[in-house]
Amino acid sequence: MSSPKEVLFSPIFDNNPIALQVLGICSALAVTVSMVNTLVMCAAVIFVCAFSNLFVSLLRHVMPSSIRIIIQMTIIASLVILVDQIIQAYAYEVSQRLSVFVGLIITNCIVLGRAEGFALQNGPYISFLDGIGNGLGYSILLLLVALVREPLGAGTLMGYTLFTSVNDGGWYIGNGLMLLAPSAFFIIGLAIWGLRAWKPAQVEPAEYEIAENVQYKEAI
Amino acid sequence: MEHYLGIFFSVIFIENMALTFFLGMCTFIAISKKISTAFGLGVAVIVVLAITVPVNNLIYQYFLRDGALAWAGFPNVDLSFLGFLAYIGVIAALVQILEMFLDKHVPALYAALGVFLPLITVNCAILGASLFMVERDYTFTESVAFGLGAGVGWALAITALAGVREKLKYSDVPEGLRGLGITFICVGLISLGFMSFGGIDL
Repeated sequence: MSSPKEVLFSPIFDNNPIALQVLGICSALAVTVSMVNTLVMCAAVIFVCAFSNLFVSLLRHVMPSSIRIIIQMTIIASLVILVDQIIQAYAYEVSQRLSVFVGLIITNCIVLGRAEGFALQNGPYISFLDGIGNGLGYSILLLLVALVREPLGAGTLMGYTLFTSVNDGGWYIGNGLMLLAPSAFFIIGLAIWGLRAWKPAQVEPAEYEIAENVQYKEAI
Repeated sequence: MEHYLGIFFSVIFIENMALTFFLGMCTFIAISKKISTAFGLGVAVIVVLAITVPVNNLIYQYFLRDGALAWAGFPNVDLSFLGFLAYIGVIAALVQILEMFLDKHVPALYAALGVFLPLITVNCAILGASLFMVERDYTFTESVAFGLGAGVGWALAITALAGVREKLKYSDVPEGLRGLGITFICVGLISLGFMSFGGIDL
C-alpha cells in the first residue's frame, strides 16, 4: 500500500495522466487558448475526479460488477451537471466560452479510468487523494500549455496585457498560430519531450531498429 | 438539400471533430498504430454517430428542451439540465444494443469491430457531437447530416494518422520524442493541413 503523499504527488510528474498514460486529452485542449478558461476547467476536473473517486470507492462493496460502468457513468454525469450549473450561475461568460467542453468531462478518460482502476480496489480516503492527484497532474500540463499560448498568441495573461499589441500602438505582433488548434499539439509534444529528457525512465522502447550500415566495412 | 450537404461537408473538413475540436483524442492516439484497425474503429464511430446524434436530437426536442413537454401537459417544465445524463445514457444503451444486434445478425462485422464497440461509449467525439447538436439547435434532418459527417470526418482523420504512423516506424526519432511525443507533433501537422479548408464557406 503506497503512502497518501505518494498517491497525491506521483501523478504530477512520475505518472502523469496525459504525458504517460495518454488519458484525458480529449475534452480540454481547446480551452487552453486563455488562462482563465483553463483555470476554471482544471478546477472542474479536479472536483469531478476527486468526488467520483470518493463515491465509487464508498459504493465499491455494494455495486454488482456487471453494471458498474453504468453506475460510474451516472455518478460522474451527476457531478458534471452540478459543476456545469455552478459555472453557469457564477461565471456565465466563462461557461459560454467553454461551451460543450464542461459536459465533455463526463467522457474524460482520466475520471472513468481512475474510478475503474483505483477507486474500485481502495478505500475512500486514499481514492479521494488519488482523484485530486490525477486532477492536478492533468492541470499542470494544461496550465503549462495555456501559459505558452495566451501570452504568445494575444500578448495577455489572465486578461492583463503583458505585451502591448501593434493594434493598440505597442510593438508586439501576436503569433496567430498560437491561437489555432495545432499549436496545442506542438506544445504538448515538446512538453512530453522535455519531461522524458528529465526522467529517462519514461522513454518508450523503439519499435524498429535500423540495422547498422556495414557497407563501408565490406568495401574495405 | 444544399443546406444539408453544406453541414455534412463542413463537419468533415472545416470543423473536423478530431483535428479542430480535439474530440476523441484518447482513442485517436491510442488506436492509430495500424491502418486496418484504425479504419475498423473509424467505421464503428461512423455507425454509432449516425444513430446517436439523431436519437439524442429527438430526445432533446420532445423531452428535455424548455417547453418540450407541452404535448404531455407540462408546458412550463425545462429539463435541459438533465441533458448530460440523458445523452450519455442513450449512447451507452445504443452501443450495447448495437453490439448485441451485430453479434446476432452480422457476425463478420461484429468480429471486425468487436473490441472497439464498448470503447466507443467513452469516446468524447460521440458525446461532443450530441452536445454541439444541442448548442447549435439543429433540426432532426440537420442532425442526421451532422452526425454522419462528424463520423466520416473522424474516421478520415484517424486513418490518415495511422498511415503517417506506419511510415514513421522506420524513421530515426530522438529518444525522448519517440512514441507519444512525435505522434502529437504529427497530429498538429495534419491539423495544420486541414486548416487549409478553413476559408471555404459552405
